[in-house]
Amino acid sequence: MTDYKRLAKDGLWTNNMVFAQLLALCPVMAVTGTATNGLGMGLATLFVLVFSNLIVSLIRRFVSQAVRIPVYIVIIATLVTLTDMLINAYAYELYKVLGLFIALIVVNCAILGRAEAFASKNTLWDTLIDSLMMGIGLTLALVIIGAFREILGSGTLFANADLLLGSRFGFLEVTLIPDYKGFLVLLLPPGGFIAVGFLLVLKRWIDQRLSKDHTLPRESAGCTVESHG
Amino acid sequence: MTLSEVRDRLEYQSLLLGTVVLVTCAVLAFAYQLTREPIRKALENDLLKNFSQVLPPTLHDNNLLDSQHHIQAPWGEITWYQATMEDEVTAVVLPLTAAGYAGDIEMLMSIREDGRIAGVRVLIHKETPGLGDKIEISRSPWITGFNGKSLSKPGPAGWAVKKDGGVFDQFTGATITPRAVVGSIKGALEFFEAHKATFLQPAPTTGGHADD
Repeated sequence: MTDYKRLAKDGLWTNNMVFAQLLALCPVMAVTGTATNGLGMGLATLFVLVFSNLIVSLIRRFVSQAVRIPVYIVIIATLVTLTDMLINAYAYELYKVLGLFIALIVVNCAILGRAEAFASKNTLWDTLIDSLMMGIGLTLALVIIGAFREILGSGTLFANADLLLGSRFGFLEVTLIPDYKGFLVLLLPPGGFIAVGFLLVLKRWIDQRLSKDHTLPRESAGCTVESHG
Repeated sequence: MTLSEVRDRLEYQSLLLGTVVLVTCAVLAFAYQLTREPIRKALENDLLKNFSQVLPPTLHDNNLLDSQHHIQAPWGEITWYQATMEDEVTAVVLPLTAAGYAGDIEMLMSIREDGRIAGVRVLIHKETPGLGDKIEISRSPWITGFNGKSLSKPGPAGWAVKKDGGVFDQFTGATITPRAVVGSIKGALEFFEAHKATFLQPAPTTGGHADD
């Protein structure tokens, strides 16, 4: 049971895809102009991550070392294309917003990273937990960055949530600052970097406060992925 | 032979890769068949929704998708649609493109048979948020200012932004965007005027392309 706790903590906080591994930055910068877009992209990535990792875990004994990367990539690319088709067919309004970026999920090295480092070595059940936690961690990160940029950039939160979640969720849309003139730079791509920068500092600060000896927590930046036994 | 021994053989690896690709292709082909119709419907609905924005429902009783035509316009090959009311041509709907500040601005406009504009909307653009994006109806009613305008009203000199001596407002901090929009709408009106015979010719009852 503690193992699952560790997986959850890893995915959501310690080894968070965005705030710890600094992966998936391309979609992070591109779509997080609003919290709703972040949520949409997060859920699409979550879907691809969970199913690709489950398949990789399922066939892990049949895949040889030499061809594993092409096999994983084909599986991931297929799932991304499926997601693309399904969103296009059944959530067209959302597709108009996210459409360009759905294809980018393929090159999100966090997904391949998870397949390589975790799913190919672990059981179906463990993989399910791990990819769910990693995906939820990513989704939360995207929503937080999106909310940060949206609140400061245009004074609203969850604008157009009804496009993503249906009209019942229209209540999520709030205008926090009426007659806000907007803070343009946060909505433009540089705002993505600025937002991620500030939020990274915040996470490091919290980590530092939490660790009793006040030493910086272990780093795992760049495209390296921690392997789990 | 155990699985781990077989796994390292070249034939096995080729076979594995081939099988994976075959299975994924089959899945994709199946999904494509499944989603093709909904995607076509979604695109069509989107188009119809755009039509309803530029063309008042009182101006037509036909399905515009059944009356599409192609023509070479100065801004590219376009697909345009004829609106009819009781088989009389009342208006045409055509897409147009303007060169904005940050790339092409894609618009849809409808022109009544007498040359007056029934409506214009910006569909796709990359103009600066907060400045040039006031051409969007969701940001500003500016674009509705073209309704009812024609080449003779406000006249040739009036077809420009106020800064250039015309009648259309520019935006604070963004002149290039509205200038491009005004210019291309004027161009579209002139194109319509020059090809009026083609645009207003009553189509045969079975016009258009029904295939997909």
